[in-house]
Parts: sequence; C-alpha cells; structure tokens
Amino acid sequence: MLNKNIYLILVISLVFAISFWIGFNVNLLPAEASINAPIYDELFKILFIIGLIIFIGMTIAVIYSLFKFRKRDDQIGDGIALEGNLSLEIVWTIIPSIIVLLIGLYSYNIYDRMGGMKELNHNHEMMSSNTEKIWAGISQTSDNEIAINNLSIEVSAMQFAFLFNYPKGNFISGELHVPVDQKVSMKMESKDVIHAFWVPEFRIKQDIIPGQPTILNFTPTKVGKYPIICAELCGPYHGGMRASIIVEEESDYNEWFNKNKKPEVNL
Amino acid sequence: MTISIDPQKTNNESLQPKGWLRYFSFSLDHKVIGIQYLVCGFLFYLIGGTLASAIRIELASPMSDFMPRDVYNQVLTLHGTIMIFLWIVPVVNGAFGNYLIPFYVGARDMAFPRLNAVAFWLIPPSGLMLVASYFVEGAAQAGWTAYPPLSITTPQSGQIIWILSVLLLGGSSIFGGINFIATIIKLRRPGLKLMQLPMYCWAMLGTSLLVVLSTPVLAGTLILLSFDIIANTGFFNPVLGGNVVVYQHLFWFYSHPAVYIMVLPAFGLVSEILPVHARKPLFGYTTMVFSIMGIVVLGLVVWAHHMFTSGTPPWMRLFFTIATAFIAVPTGIKFFNWVATLWGGKISINSAMLFSCGFIINFVFGGITGVALAQVPFDIHVHDTYFVVAHFHYIVYGGTVFIIFSSIYHWFPKVTGKMLNEKLGILHFIITFIGFNLCFAPQHWLGLNGMPRRVAEYDPQFQFVNQISSLGALLMAISTIPFLINVFLSVRDGKDAGDNPWNALTPEWLTSSPPPVENWQGEAPLVEEPYGYGKEIPEQK
Repeated sequence: MLNKNIYLILVISLVFAISFWIGFNVNLLPAEASINAPIYDELFKILFIIGLIIFIGMTIAVIYSLFKFRKRDDQIGDGIALEGNLSLEIVWTIIPSIIVLLIGLYSYNIYDRMGGMKELNHNHEMMSSNTEKIWAGISQTSDNEIAINNLSIEVSAMQFAFLFNYPKGNFISGELHVPVDQKVSMKMESKDVIHAFWVPEFRIKQDIIPGQPTILNFTPTKVGKYPIICAELCGPYHGGMRASIIVEEESDYNEWFNKNKKPEVNL
Repeated sequence: MTISIDPQKTNNESLQPKGWLRYFSFSLDHKVIGIQYLVCGFLFYLIGGTLASAIRIELASPMSDFMPRDVYNQVLTLHGTIMIFLWIVPVVNGAFGNYLIPFYVGARDMAFPRLNAVAFWLIPPSGLMLVASYFVEGAAQAGWTAYPPLSITTPQSGQIIWILSVLLLGGSSIFGGINFIATIIKLRRPGLKLMQLPMYCWAMLGTSLLVVLSTPVLAGTLILLSFDIIANTGFFNPVLGGNVVVYQHLFWFYSHPAVYIMVLPAFGLVSEILPVHARKPLFGYTTMVFSIMGIVVLGLVVWAHHMFTSGTPPWMRLFFTIATAFIAVPTGIKFFNWVATLWGGKISINSAMLFSCGFIINFVFGGITGVALAQVPFDIHVHDTYFVVAHFHYIVYGGTVFIIFSSIYHWFPKVTGKMLNEKLGILHFIITFIGFNLCFAPQHWLGLNGMPRRVAEYDPQFQFVNQISSLGALLMAISTIPFLINVFLSVRDGKDAGDNPWNALTPEWLTSSPPPVENWQGEAPLVEEPYGYGKEIPEQK
C-alpha cells in the first residue's frame, strides 16, 4: 500500500513538473505589443498550466486503466462491484468548484486590469454633444483621464474595409497610425453588416456593429506594423478584409499627422 | 399490465412492409424509426464531410483558389448546418433515443408512435431542400449562425430556404423531445423506479427538456428574421431601426443549449457502454443523475458567452463567465466517474471501448479550452478565430461523433444480430483518432496567432500548419472507408452475435437480436440493477 502511494505521488509530481515546464517554456502566442498583451499572457499561462495538469492527468488515468485493468485471456467474470464512493465524489466536486471559482475571480482581476470593467458611458470627447448609449467595448481610461492626452479616432467599417477618421486633423486614412505608449480611444461603427476589429498582437477584439457604436481603447507599447483583422463573417471577401496599424515614435507620428492634416473648414 | 399497446397501431403493423422495405415506409416501430434516423443522419454526415473536405482543400493554400469566395461561404454554412441539424442532433437523440428508450423503460414503443414517424419524415425533405438550395440562387452564406444584417443582405432565396429547413428540423426535434419526455415519465414498466433507469434515459430526459424549452425560441427568432428578409420588417435590420444584438441573444438562447442537446445524449450513451465492456457498475449513479440535471439548468443561463466581443455590457460579460465556467463542475464529475468506472474493471479492449476512451480524452481537452474560452479576457483575443473552431470540434466531433461510432460498434449486434469485424473497427478508431487530432489540435495555434474563422484566404505564415490540418482531414475522410466496408461486410456475412454477445445487463440485451416487433415475446423484464456487474455472475450464463 505504501509503495502504491509513493508511485501515485511520483506520477502526480511528474505531471505537475511537465505541465509547469511546458507552461513556462512553450510560447503559443504572437508578439506582445500593447499593455493588454502581457496581462493577457499572464492569464493564458495560468490557464495553460492548469489545463495541462488536468489533461495529462486524465489521459494517463485512462491509458493506465486500459493497460492495467485490461481483461487477460484467462480471466472470466466481472470486475469489482464498486458502485461509488461518496467521499471521492465530494472531493471531485469541491476541488473543481474551488479551481473554477479561483479562475473566475482571477480572470475578473485580469479583465479589470485590462479596463474591461470601466464605465463605458463616459463623456467621450467626440460624443459630448449627444448622449448616445455605448454598448460595449474595453475602456482603459477613467472619465477624468479621458480628455487629457488621449488620441481619439473614429473607425467606420464597411464591406470590406476599415476607415479611420482623425477628427483633430480632419482627414480619413485607410491605415491606422498611432504613436507608441499613448492611449488611443476609438469609437467604432459599421456602415453595413457586423465586422470586428482584431489586432492579435494587442490581444483585443471588439465587434463593430451597425446602428450601435462600440468603444475600444488600447495603448500600444511596441513600434511596428501589425495587422488589423476583421473577425466576424461579413461576406465573400471577409478573409481579405484587412488593414494595418502602424505604431511609431511620437515624432514620426506627428510628421505623418501633419502631412495628412487638412485645414478645418469653417461652416 | 400497463404496457401500452395501441390497438390501431397493432392493426397497422400487418399492413406495414416487411424486410428492408420497411425502412422506406412510414413505419411506427420505434426500432425502424431509430435506424431510419441513423442511416439518414449518416448519409448527411457524408455530405457534410464532403463539404468539410472542400473547406480543408481550399485552406491547404493561403490564396482563395479552389472555389469562388461566395461558394466558400455557402459551403461553410451548409457544413455547419448539416452536421448539427441533420447528423449529430438527429442521431444522438432520434436514432439512439428511439431505438433504446422504449427498451430501457420497458415499453413496447414510444408514447406517440405516429408523432415519432412524423418527426423522422420531416428530416429527409428539409435536408434535401437545404442541399438543393445551392442550385437555386446559391445556398445561404451567412454562416450557420445567420447573423443579421449579413443574412438579410445576402441572396434571399438561399437564406429563406435555410430558415424553412431549420424550422422543419427544429419542429422535428421538438416532436421528438415531447415524445421522449412522455415515454420516460409515463410508459415506465410497473415497478421500475426513476432511479433505476439506465443513465441514457436521464440524459435524454435532460436533453428533451432543453429541446422543448429552447428550440421554440430559435423557431420564433428565425420567423422574425424571415419577416425581415421577405416582408421588409425591421426586427433585426438596423436600417429600419432594428437591433442586431437582440438576434444574437435569441439565437444563442437556443444554440448554446444545442451544444448540450448534442453532448448530453453522448454522455448517456458512454455511461451505457463503459460499464458493459469494463465489467463494472457505473460509478456514482446518483451524482451522475444530478450532474446531468445541473448541466441542464446551467446550460440555459450561459448563452451570452458567445457574445463577449459583441454588444454586451461588462457586468453581463462577468455573470456569463462565472456561470459558464461552473458547467465544468458537473461535467468534470461525470468524467471522473467514468474513469472510476474503468478503474479495477476487467476491460475488453474493443472498438466500442476504444472510441469511448478516445471520447474521454478528446472531450477533456475540449472542456479545458471551453473553461478558458468562458473567461472574458481570454475570449476577447480568440473569439471568432480558429481557436474556437478547434474547441467546438473537440466537443462535437472528438466528443459526440466518437460516441456515435462507439455506440454503433456496441449496438450493431443488437440491431442486426451480426458482429462487426473488430480488426477493421480498431483500424477505423486509429485512423479517426490520429486524423482528428492532427486536423484540429494545430488549429488552436492558428487561432491564437491571428487566423480568424470562416476565411477562404489567410497569411502565408500559416500555410504549413494549415496543411497539417488538411492532412488530418484527409485521414478523417479515409477513416470512413474501413467503417463502411465493415458495416457492409458484417451485415451480409458477419459472425452471428447471439442475443447478448457482451453479456450486458441493460434491458435491450434481454430479448432476441434483432428484437421482435414489440420488443419482447412475453412481458418486459424488470431490470432493477442495469449496472449490477460483479454481483450476479451466476445469473449471467
């Protein structure tokens, strides 16, 4: 009996060791280029390790049972008439409940750190005149921060392109240019069907819905060019509905901005 | 004796065709209807599988070069719709439910035999209509979710035929659900208590409750959508002041429970198969029953986890995260109980057992990614990507379809009186298991790294992994060959099975194989311990 327990403990520690090793050494995610990305990857790593422990553990249990308890040729009759075990049932009800609850609380924390729980109906700069209801999105800034130092962009999506309106510069661009390390606040609306704005390197995605503006705020942290991908089926050319987000140093961004800026038309 | 014999039905029985022709008739025999569901479902599986192959051929190269883009969208829409509504739902519910439930409750047929036949005969016309819509003006191309406004703006005839077809299939599903509830509650043999029923009855009771509660919501939603399309109403059309997010809520109020409509019966079937081949009682019967009912209740309040990137306020995202993740608890209990059922058994390693164990491994994997997807911050990155595609194929193919095959190997001797060939069966399992994992495991990586779902073209850096996936799909297509050969050879000249080749204790094995028209020559046996393995060895031969 003692021997059996030692083997069990050995196997369990081995499963944990392998899972942790894989969790820390195998990277399944693309580059991290926004302040959301490292937060996301932290959650991913934890879920990955817990998942590996459960998956490897269960797989070993199934394969071991198939070998250990397989019916030999000389055997007749049935296995042991064991119909259940209340304490085991309680154990494997309570432990998963605790794990699930902890994961839920932890992901709440992650979501909060990403800005997901922030109020969305704040006085967005571009909407101060009307009080339309914002339905969804990720808001990284609180009401007080919003007006200061915040790059506001209006995104409109249509079959099969994104257009980025820079109200301060009075121009529309097909490429999204943003300065690095600065908060960007986007108000998005679709002209026809549902689209989605996804930048894998930023770990953010938000549907762009006709008739209902959505908000997406983010802060890029790494200079570079990243794809903007439409993630919601929007028609035959859905797979080709792409744009680029160009994250650049502030001076480069200002140069680009000033080159495209159009003088304000006085009405 | 309260076993119902409808005198009218018995009279009709003599007018029914005999032999194989009865499978093409409006038969009222639950066993004939069960096989009709199974064979019809399998034919649609072959069609849906062909469409899946077309998708994987298109995705073997980054460019959209195998078929036109709008045809690609039609193919993926039809693939999803056919696999869900014409293969998995009718087979795990209709086929096995019809064949087994009357045996399990000790009845001679279902509660409403005519309704039962009507429910089946709705399926072939609506399925054919769906496939034929391709030749009208092009099939529906808004995905199986048919989100407006895309479904309103794409060619209308295909979308309307799609709606009609899904409405008919939903109707068939509701008829079946009512029938199962009535049969399990009212037609039980005297002396048979609810807590003595085989687990599949409980699974079907839970599933049928979900069907009856949620399918009408889908039907209503699709009727409103069809009004938007043909009558220019504005329920969901934003141009006319409609709200597209309301459609998503209504759609997922059915379509998330639909996942449980597809997997709960499989949970029931595997609970029948494992004890027989492990020669052990089902571990934790009572907790299994409660966990099924727990999944039914939770399954109704988690739908918005499909809409985390859509128009949902933050508090709602959080509520649905917690509710969804908690489904892992009753589901986990079931998996621990199955492994405990294997533990200490005398396991026969045969095709039915291998497919069931493959199911456990695949489903645990899909369940883990499911818990991850339930977390809002996790989902925001991978929603609508190949990660989700991989996740749900692990659930519905690695889970349910593996159990459908396991069940076919298990009950084939009962239905035909012949054994299936074990060598071909194990070959079928090996190719399916390798092909399936090769096809879908790499797709998790694709999704995490930036490949959205439902695209005909993708970035060149994803080509290699997509080709591995397509190779897996090729293996899956090949795997049906040994299966079909096996079935055809065994029906013709398979080894004689006898009445109870597995020495099983559940009631369907206590009659001849194949069973007589009204299931038992005499009175239905009272089986108080359907899983009494290790207890009554002298009685069992």
